[in-house]
Amino acid sequence: MTQIKVDGELIEVPDYYTLMQAAEAAGKQIPRFCFHERLSVAGNCRMCLVEVKGGPPKPQASCAMGVKDLRPGPNGEPAEIFTNTPMVKKAREGVLEFLLINHPLDCPICDQGGECDLQDQAMAFGLDSSRFTENKRIVEDKYLGPLIKTIMTRCIHCTRCVRFTTEIAGINELGLLGRGEDAQITPYIERALSSELVGNIVDLCPVGALTSRPYAFTARPWELTKTETIDVMDALGSAIRVDSRGCEVMRILPRINEDINEEWISDKTRYVWDGLKRQRLDRPYVRKGKKLVEANWDEALNLVARKIKKAGNRVGAIAGDLAGVEEMYALKKLINSVGSNNIDCRPPMSALEANMDRGVYIFNPTIAGIEESDCILIIGANPRFEASLLNVRIRKTWRAKDLPIGLVGQRVDLTYDYTHLGEDIDSVKALATGSHKFNKILKKAKKPIVIVGEGAISLAKNSKKTGRDILSMSLMIANNAGALREDWNGFGLLHNAAARVGGLDIGFVPDNGGASSLEQLELAKKGELDIIFLLGADEYDLQSLDKTFVVYIGSHGDVGAHHADVILPAAAYTEKSAIYVNSEGRVQMTKRAVFPPGEAKEDWAIIRALSARIDKILPFDNLAQLREKLYAEFPHLQNINQIKAGNISAMKKLAKIPAKTSNVLLRSPIKEYYLTNAIARASKIMAECVKARREREGANR
Amino acid sequence: MSVRRLADDSVQPSSFSFTKENLAWAKKRIALYPKGREQSAIIPLLMRAQEQSGWVSKAAIEKCADMVNMPYIRALEVATFYTQFQLQPVGSKAHIQICGTTPCMLRGAEDLRALCQRKIAKKAHQLNEDGTLSWEEVECAGACVNAPIVTIGKDTYEDLTVERLEEIIDAFAAGKAKEITPGPQIDRQFSAPANGFTSLLNLNNISGKEKKSPANSKGKKTKNRVKSVNENKQATLFSAPKDKKDDLKLISGIGAVLEKKLNNLGITTFAQLAALKKADIKKIDDALSFKGRIERDEWIKQAKALAKGGVEEYIRQFGKKPV
Ligand code: SF4
Ligand code: FES
Ligand code: FES
Repeated sequence: MTQIKVDGELIEVPDYYTLMQAAEAAGKQIPRFCFHERLSVAGNCRMCLVEVKGGPPKPQASCAMGVKDLRPGPNGEPAEIFTNTPMVKKAREGVLEFLLINHPLDCPICDQGGECDLQDQAMAFGLDSSRFTENKRIVEDKYLGPLIKTIMTRCIHCTRCVRFTTEIAGINELGLLGRGEDAQITPYIERALSSELVGNIVDLCPVGALTSRPYAFTARPWELTKTETIDVMDALGSAIRVDSRGCEVMRILPRINEDINEEWISDKTRYVWDGLKRQRLDRPYVRKGKKLVEANWDEALNLVARKIKKAGNRVGAIAGDLAGVEEMYALKKLINSVGSNNIDCRPPMSALEANMDRGVYIFNPTIAGIEESDCILIIGANPRFEASLLNVRIRKTWRAKDLPIGLVGQRVDLTYDYTHLGEDIDSVKALATGSHKFNKILKKAKKPIVIVGEGAISLAKNSKKTGRDILSMSLMIANNAGALREDWNGFGLLHNAAARVGGLDIGFVPDNGGASSLEQLELAKKGELDIIFLLGADEYDLQSLDKTFVVYIGSHGDVGAHHADVILPAAAYTEKSAIYVNSEGRVQMTKRAVFPPGEAKEDWAIIRALSARIDKILPFDNLAQLREKLYAEFPHLQNINQIKAGNISAMKKLAKIPAKTSNVLLRSPIKEYYLTNAIARASKIMAECVKARREREGANR
Repeated sequence: MSVRRLADDSVQPSSFSFTKENLAWAKKRIALYPKGREQSAIIPLLMRAQEQSGWVSKAAIEKCADMVNMPYIRALEVATFYTQFQLQPVGSKAHIQICGTTPCMLRGAEDLRALCQRKIAKKAHQLNEDGTLSWEEVECAGACVNAPIVTIGKDTYEDLTVERLEEIIDAFAAGKAKEITPGPQIDRQFSAPANGFTSLLNLNNISGKEKKSPANSKGKKTKNRVKSVNENKQATLFSAPKDKKDDLKLISGIGAVLEKKLNNLGITTFAQLAALKKADIKKIDDALSFKGRIERDEWIKQAKALAKGGVEEYIRQFGKKPV
């Protein structure tokens, strides 16, 4: 700790602080453009100038100077800086005047208007006019892909975009070419940036040089209603803010959540919003002959009720990737009420079973905990595309301490260096028995993490659950590496769907002789299942459902809806308040930003209404009552933002090495990152991303 | 300066590789940097590539970047930052860099540029018809005294007139570059005054040699230099008493350097200084180019006081301690 005086006020700060941080600690605002907490210091905008007492007779960039760089006064008094002297005022005015020389001042047609750092700071610290009478500079716009619109004349060369893409996103494609007035932000080759995180440079750009292409000219920030909620595009539950106008979601932005996404979000999370308006199921449909025709709620519900009554307990239900806990809970109760246990929320052939300890199916070390780790082993996952922000954490940790990382699975670019340990189950077995080279490294680690992909534990060969072997061997590896300790649980299962952990938590899995998703589909094929509920379940092979009456409850007209006999239109994640439990086991809740379109209703309410029509009224009339029941049964779900830890000894019990394993390749189940769920598949923007990626890869070849 | 970017694809070669010697040189160069810092070698590598092929092509940038394990965009940033890297093909025989900064501009750089525009190509960085010549305007080359200048390859051609530059260009175009001596194109040594020396003229007298401005012939430049250094050696003019040596530095106006020089001349005591005659003073004055300093600083008076009664007498007479 050192002492420093800021504007006459004596404060104590850690000695690694910069002057800017010190000033902030003293409650002084320092304007800035290039500095960003999570990026390296560039010190090139000069907006953060302060006066240093006894220092050189010129202002100093406070973002690039540390408090320990300051000399104490002649008698050892603490160093002193000023943020409000005439020198500082003049310096700021000067910097802004220079910046504005080449800035087009086209705020009326600029999408950044209203949330532009340059606009705000020019208002707060700048002069009222310019003395520049020459011609302004013009810069050609660059193509950075379908997500980013560039108006490069507005660029002030802060290089935040360059630093983000190189440091956080891990791609070396953007640079500052040339120098001085002719400096230009340019991609090495004019084509879409190859990262799944590029949207973040729109947020980072302090001016309107980089804006969101799909959002261009659609809204002004001050006319938007901002709803703080969470994302469901992957199993991380990143914190987002949904900006809406009227009944339309206009855009999605990240919120800061140090535990999960820091302040970034992936492109799918950010740009999926146009999918919320397309392919929507906005009224009930009933199949008449070959065609689905519009119906009203009464008609649709009555039809379903009649079918259920006839079916007895030959009823099944599969919950999809985006289902909230409440609706799964309601559906489970409904299915149970007719005497069936055919419920499932897992991918086909998943090794996870009912009554398994929570520790087995959550990401125990937590995302923030990755930073503490000193060795990471990834088994059968591609974190970059399965959980982009988790991958960002791994990269961050790797950059900070260059920790050893091993990967069993497909050799892919994860944006950091790793040792490829093999691609098949034999490599996992070698690791489990301790005969692999990497075991030595694992052994040495104090806080190792073993990340296991959901895809790996859902593998099957000859309809045998090979994934089960991978799960138990992974636990074995973790145990042998000392990752299963009371003070460090380093076993992390990485799910791919927002619904998964919540579903597992409330037991939306077949128990007491119930049929799993795959078994249900088998039964359906044989004609032994009369009615099946698909709660937004689109990721299954639904070909065999001809003989079964299919009720689709969901928001988008995707695979599931096409097979449906009745469609009951429901709300998407921005349109309802629902609990989601992320891969870490963290309980979170979405908030409603807009109302569901047309006649669509919240999922739980649909199920509740249905229950009334089959005379098995579920014991809740509103969401609050439902949650009361839910919390009574699963108390941990009421602790928003908390994680109920797994049980180490229960986890250890499952660790074992099977004598015989049938060999399979470990592959990430994500085939196309931009199209992993019904909303994304409905999105035009996502389709463009896919196209851009194909073009890029085609050009690479 | 204008926006710097890679040349059009149509002129980019499909590949680049260093010659054997250059490759060996480059490897040595990379090895100069500590492990993990090899990327620092990118500038010398790019420069070598430019020397080899005249300009830095995309293929060359990628090759150099690969050699130091650097992302292409980072190497391109370096290549576009330094205007010394030519990003488009240059004349195969000569690329003429005209200095256009103020001193050269005042001394006629604009005429030189007009000549290039007429003789080579309308625009900077354009090749002439047969691809042998090109030109550009650059910032100060650091030879302002000899303005106006142009740089061709590693050499500068100074004190140019339009006619002389035309001759030079023709010589290069004809492949007779060897016949042109780089440096000033008028009769002078380096940037010595063009009309002969105006200062330090006495130096020649001391050595007893009458000499004119040394800018007579270029070949002898270095020799002349050496000689003028020797000229500074003084001959002993006085005979110093063997037994005694005073601290002459006590006299205000004499420091350690002067004391040494006086000692070299044979003056080591206050008494000697005090006894100096007018003619002696002149001799010293000439030998050390004092220009009346001895009188101005009252060395004789001070020396007399010190010779008579040491520091006390000095304080009595001058009212302060000698320094
Ligand atoms: S484009 Fe934006 S973020 Fe990038 S350097 Fe320019 S102003 Fe900064
Ligand atoms: S914020 Fe300090 S120089 Fe830009
Ligand atoms: S101005 Fe031309 S060399 Fe300096």
